[in-house]
Amino acid sequence: MPEEIAKVPISVKVNGKAYRREVEPRLLLVDFLRNELSLTGTHIGCETTYCGACTVLLNGASVKSCTVFAVQADQGEVMTVEGLEQEGRLHPLQEAFAEHHGLQCGYCTPGMLMSTYHLLSTNPRPDDKQIRKGIAGNTCRCTGYQNILKAIQAAAQAAAR
Amino acid sequence: MYPRPFHYHRAATVEEAVSLLTELGEDAKLLAGGQSLIPLMKLRLASPAHLVDLNFVPGLSYSKNDNGVVRFGALTRHTEVAASAVAAQIPILHDCAAGIADVQVRNRGTIGGSLAEADPSSDWAAVLLTLPAQVVCVGPEGERTIPLGEFFVDAYTTVLNPAEVMREVVVEVPPPKSGGAYLAVKRSAPVYATASAAVQLTLAENDTCKEAGIAMAAVGLTAIKATEAEAVLRGQRLTPKTIEAAAEAAMAATDPQPDMRGSAAYKRALTGVLVKRAINLALRRARGEAVEVSHIYA
Repeated sequence: MPEEIAKVPISVKVNGKAYRREVEPRLLLVDFLRNELSLTGTHIGCETTYCGACTVLLNGASVKSCTVFAVQADQGEVMTVEGLEQEGRLHPLQEAFAEHHGLQCGYCTPGMLMSTYHLLSTNPRPDDKQIRKGIAGNTCRCTGYQNILKAIQAAAQAAAR
Repeated sequence: MYPRPFHYHRAATVEEAVSLLTELGEDAKLLAGGQSLIPLMKLRLASPAHLVDLNFVPGLSYSKNDNGVVRFGALTRHTEVAASAVAAQIPILHDCAAGIADVQVRNRGTIGGSLAEADPSSDWAAVLLTLPAQVVCVGPEGERTIPLGEFFVDAYTTVLNPAEVMREVVVEVPPPKSGGAYLAVKRSAPVYATASAAVQLTLAENDTCKEAGIAMAAVGLTAIKATEAEAVLRGQRLTPKTIEAAAEAAMAATDPQPDMRGSAAYKRALTGVLVKRAINLALRRARGEAVEVSHIYA
């Protein structure tokens, strides 16, 4: 018989909505979001802290949610890609990605958007180098980086107007 | 990908973490930023039966300049170190903190966790070996301060006992006319470095090298302090010839493992190049020039 592992009660605010759950300690934040809360916008890519597809904000900071346990988000606030859209309207960042072809297959897009959201919230007018550094933890296997860069530049300019 | 099941314990204080570790024995591991431990657990390279989470312990995250001594709380995230006033004052700390992995990893990973894990390619280990640095640790018998030069034993092994918890990292502020730089070569941001070099210099009034700290990571089983290379520079004028001699001595101190990042010979040669570049950058900074330094992706 496997040993009994105590579940841990957690309360987490995700995209402004409060949730209470009892979770197994080894449950990863990304699986908590996708499987427990059905927020499947956050993608699982490499599973090894490399690709950034699973990037979400935890207490305002971008994190790879495949490398955080759900229990660690207890008493915290999470923002996922679903939190960008407001009242049925795409976030300007999403508009910019659409407008400038900042996505091809779309798999990396939720992570790219959340890394960009974090970048622009800490540095609203990033230069080219800062943008590249800001998304260095996100891999686009379509290698569509040039258009992602353009989309981020456009989003920053639009926000500045 | 899931780690093996484990019991989760949340410490409220450092002392509680110590008593949990004492009680649970060697099957327990501390969870700090988790950016190395969680991947190791998912890959089943580590399967602790218990995790003691430090992230809810208040007061472990800070950076301050305390009368010429910099103090970092062990749980200070790399991002917080990079943004700190002390990192602006000691540029090599900024090179390191702002260059580790990527934004997301820097937002979680901690300075204390990085040192305590003792990964052979730990950026912090190399950087802090070039400065007079110590770690303050708390164990069942109380607190002790360990000079960083005595801290690393082997790959992933330090002198810490299983029930000891790092509380603080202490670094002496370098004197005036000092400068340092840290350079790492990586294939991309999130991966481990192929080789890296940290150099910290202090110049004398006559522009000779008064003090030199040189260390490398990813080219041996632990970060390596190149004491012979340091001795080559000490008391000397920093000319292309002395810099070349120091780089030669630093290369001789490496013990690189061949792997998919490169052969031992390649890594050794790369170390020589990085040491030379880092000496030149450190020298410019010691002379008061503001130089931006970032890791090299190749």
